[in-house]
Formats: sequence, structure tokens, C-alpha cells
Amino acid sequence: MAMSRRKTERLLSLVVCLLSARRYLTASQIRAAVPGYPDSFDAFKRMFERDKDELRELGIPLETGTNSATDDEAGYRIPRQAYELPEIRLEPDEAVMVGLAARAWRQAELSGAAEGALLKLRAAGIDAEDTTQPGIEPRLQTGEAAFGPLWEAVKDKRPVSFSYVAAGRSAAQQRQLEPWGVVSRRGRWYVVGYDRDRGAERVFRLSRIHGAVSFTGKAGSVTVPDGTDVRAAVHDWDIQSPARGTCVLRVRQDAGFGLRRHQLSEQPADEPGWDILEVEYASDSDWWAEHLASFGADVVVLEPADLREAVIGRLKGALA
Amino acid sequence: MSTEVPPRAGQAGRPPTATDRLQRLLALVPYVMNRKVVGLAETAEAFGVSERELVDDLNMLWCVELRSPDPYCPIDLSYEGGEIVVSEAEAMDRPLRLGVDEASALLVALRMLADLPGYGESSALSRTIAKLEAAAGTAAGPSSQVAVEMDHIAARATMAALRDAIDRNRRVHLSYYVHGRDEATERDVDPKRLLVVDNRPYLEGWCRRAEGVRVFRLDRILAYQVLDVPAEAPAEADWVDVDSGKGLFRPSADDIEIVLELASAGRWVSEYYPCEQVVDLGDGRLRVVLRTPDTQWVRRLALRLGEDGHIVAPAELAEQVAEDAAAALAQYA
Repeated sequence: MAMSRRKTERLLSLVVCLLSARRYLTASQIRAAVPGYPDSFDAFKRMFERDKDELRELGIPLETGTNSATDDEAGYRIPRQAYELPEIRLEPDEAVMVGLAARAWRQAELSGAAEGALLKLRAAGIDAEDTTQPGIEPRLQTGEAAFGPLWEAVKDKRPVSFSYVAAGRSAAQQRQLEPWGVVSRRGRWYVVGYDRDRGAERVFRLSRIHGAVSFTGKAGSVTVPDGTDVRAAVHDWDIQSPARGTCVLRVRQDAGFGLRRHQLSEQPADEPGWDILEVEYASDSDWWAEHLASFGADVVVLEPADLREAVIGRLKGALA
Repeated sequence: MSTEVPPRAGQAGRPPTATDRLQRLLALVPYVMNRKVVGLAETAEAFGVSERELVDDLNMLWCVELRSPDPYCPIDLSYEGGEIVVSEAEAMDRPLRLGVDEASALLVALRMLADLPGYGESSALSRTIAKLEAAAGTAAGPSSQVAVEMDHIAARATMAALRDAIDRNRRVHLSYYVHGRDEATERDVDPKRLLVVDNRPYLEGWCRRAEGVRVFRLDRILAYQVLDVPAEAPAEADWVDVDSGKGLFRPSADDIEIVLELASAGRWVSEYYPCEQVVDLGDGRLRVVLRTPDTQWVRRLALRLGEDGHIVAPAELAEQVAEDAAAALAQYA
């Protein structure tokens, strides 16, 4: 705790020193001005290097340069122009929007970042209070462990590698991806990018990524093609138009509400207490057969034959 | 070069570091300066710290000393009588620029709001987005690489009407499809608010039929009618805490524990339902444990899964599923 306190004091003094400097300060000048550095010059250099990295990590623009062409030792400073949040004023109704946006992350990966942004806006004089009770509360969730590393990779333009279990497969495959963006759709996060092995654009579902995501290249080594719309890319991939078919079902009269909502036609069956429904469905996936099986003895498939067989297969599987 | 990145918890979950505190200190000075004079208690609340921690922060700022070329203290402030005043803080009167994560968090969520009725049309939202983009500068760039697509196109009209009912404090009548029971139900609800979780819209309200707080999926509302009756949810209504991290549907002590074994084709169950426990059995197989007050939907789930999943416990439930399957197969005989 005391260590961390001394470090905070040192970093604070360093920032104040470099922010108020009008000229580049050499390492020796900084050492003379900022308390808290060790006496040995080598130990000072090591600690100063780490401090510079930490400040840059916080987004503090630490510039290197010389005051004149004849200086042979480079110095450091923090230009105020690059450091300062530009002037921003928000009307009360705009401040409400900002509060609502920050709250949306409260249970998710970027909650700390959203809080940090609010803190800076408050520091700029904006009161982004969230006292109002809006009629709509949106919340994002990022339960997938891969979200953090992939966002990091997207932000820093770094290629990644991960182990992926594709839909309908049981074995994982190692995939190499140049990520372009992450998109949430229908409650799931996806990453879209250029698949190096397939040589084409691909979309992956984050929940199917197993284990850790590895960075496989330097920051800045991924180029997102001009005009890439990551949201549209995932949308198009997800809705790849499924083949449609029509099925004929015998449905018990007081049941099958989930099916009746989508029916094309309905008429009483010959058997009392039953209806005959015509319903459109996606014929190239197993999903519909699974759905029909879930109605048990309340729904019987009359046509087509392959759907009928698929439902019977499901039910036999459930018998065991 | 290959670096392992361990999965990590949200930033809020880790203990504060020296640089976390530095960020707070750098924001604290302009916070006070932009308000001329501000109370200790109010400031502590704004920064999410105790008054004691805040006073420690102020002391640390006041103690900053630069020793060269001449020793001087760049920051002068006081907090006498509980009122903070910063009288001197060279070059520190503005907060640091927004970082990429910070700008992205706000911009991604703001653009998501644009998809919601009541916000999409609002000029306040587009003004806010424009101002933040301008203030963030280049840090706003990567935010366009994260997008959230709202999943409510079909429910849009319902959403707008319910939002209006909430704003006007009206009771609504719902015809609601209960998926787990394949049942259409009729009920009066005093609506509280719309929740949008994982891109999916829900209505939270006081259900007068169940006499309790209920959460309804908008895409399962078959029909609705806004009544000319004021909404009157009881004061003791236990509204959902959306930030509890436990999801919208609260398990209770009376819930039944269900154990399922899933083949790889049935793994989706572990993603789709909130499971208390997920154990990898190898070969793509999983064992999951979940809790529910109502086993009806689990029977339907088991029929849907067929050979891709089986109920391990409770045994009676597994027997019921076998009976359900036999009864269904009898229809095909």
C-alpha cells in the first residue's frame, strides 16, 4: 500500500512537472525536479522508463524531442494541447443520454471505461447525473471471456489466433484471424475479420471460442478494408437466407399457440378436437424439427415426409 | 511472436492501482476548478470514494513539490469547512482527453440507443453523439468497430406503445404467450419500464394476475391494450435489479435442480439458459445444472433435444419425458 502511494505521488509529480514545462526536459532535469526517484542513475533510468510506459498507457501524450538542433540529448514534455480534453458543453437532455449510455455497460467489459469517461466529463464541468428514471433501460452483457482480448486486438489492429468449435462440430480448430470488429446481435457477440487460413472474410461467435485468445502480430499490422461496416457484415452472415418450405401439421385445438402465430392457414381436422395448420418454415436446418418435437403429443407432422421422419427421430431419441 | 492474453474480469472487479488513483487525482483538480467551490461530500460521491479518501487525495495534491530549478509547490488548495477551493494548479485545469476505451464505451452505447423508440427520433441523442465525437477526436475512431444491433424490429410498435403507457402511467392488458407451457394467457399489468438486455426488449411490470413483479418478452406479447386506468403498482414491489449480475429471472430457494447431459449438438443449451454449473465431460459433451420453479419447459426442452441431451436428475422428470415421447410417437403409429 505504501509502495503504491509513493508511486502515485511520483507519477503525479512527473505529470505536473512535464505539463507545466514549456521546454523539453532531459532525464537528468526530470530527476532533479521530481522527488521519489532512487539515487543510482541506472535504477532511476529503469524506473523512469516504466513510469513513461504507464503514463502512455493512460493515454497521456508524452512527447520526445529537443529544444534546438544543437541539443544532442532528447528531452520530454506533455504538450497541453494534446493532453487536454477539448472544450465540451452538454445540455441537460444531452447529459441524460450520456448517463444512460454509461449505465448500459454496468454489467459488462467496458464498465470501467464508461465510468472513466464520466469522471472526465464531470471534471470538465458537466453534470452527467443519472437521477432520472427513464422509461427504457438498456444493458449490454459481455459474458464471453474472449470479448476483452478481441476488443484489445481490434483497437490495436493486431492479428489473433484462437481455438474455435464451429456449429455442429465437436472438435476445436485453431483459427488465424485479422479482426475488423466485434458486433452484438441477438444477444450474442461475434467477431468479424479476415480469416488467414480460409483467405476470406469470416464471422465467429465468441461463445464458441475455447480457451485464451493469443495475439500473433504487432500492433498496427491489421488493415481494415475501406468502407467495412462490421454491423452489416455480421447481419448479412447471420441472415443468409434459409430455404423455405411449407409443412402441414395436425395440432390439438387448445395447444400450439407458438405455431398458430405463424400459420398460413387453419381448418378443423376430421378428428374432433384437432386443427390442420399450414406453416412456413426454414427447411434447411434441423431447428424446425426440434421445435415441433418440443410440442410432444399436441402436434403431429403430416407433411413433408422428411420433416415427419426428423420429428419421429427426435422423439425416439428422447425415449431412451 | 505470440502472447497469451488471459480472460479477465471487468475493470471494475480488480483492486485499484497507483495509476487508477493518478487518474482520479488528475480529474479532481479540474472538477473543483470548474465549479469554483464544491463540497467535500458531493465531490466524494461524484468520484465514488469516501470523504476520508478524498481528503487524502487533496492532501497528496497539495503536497506535490517540484525541486528544481527552484523548489515550488504547483498546487494550492484548501478544504476548510468542508468546501474545496483550488486557488493554484498550474497547467492542470482541464481533464485528460478521453481514451479509446472511454470514447468507445460511450459512443457504442449512444449509437445503440438510436435504435430504441423514443431515442432514435430525439435530437438530444444526435447532438450528444456529435459533441462526444468532436471532443474525443481520433480516440473515437475504433468505436465504429464495435456495434450493437437491436433485436426488436418486429416489436418496435409494441415497444413504442408500451413506452408511451409507461410515460403516461397507464395500466395495460396483455395477451402473453408463455413459451414454457405453450399457453396463451390474459393479464393486466402495471408497467414499470422497458428493459433491453442482450439486445432483446422486455417489459417489467406488476402483474395483477400473479400479484408480483414479472418480466415479459416483447416478442411474446400476442396483443396488448392500453387501458384508461392509472397504473398502481404497490410500493413494496420488488423491482428487478438489472445490475445485480444475476439476470432478469431470479432463481428462488424452492427451485428444482435439474441436471442435464448434453452431446456436442446440444451444447447450445449451456449458452442459452443460465446454468449454475457447466462441466466439460470431454468429446464435446457437457453436464449442466440449472434451477427452475417450473419443470414444464424442461420436459419440452428434453423432447426438442432428442438424443442430443438427457435429463440425469430428477429421475421422475426423466420418466415423464420418456412418457411424453411415447405419447407423441403413438400419434405417428
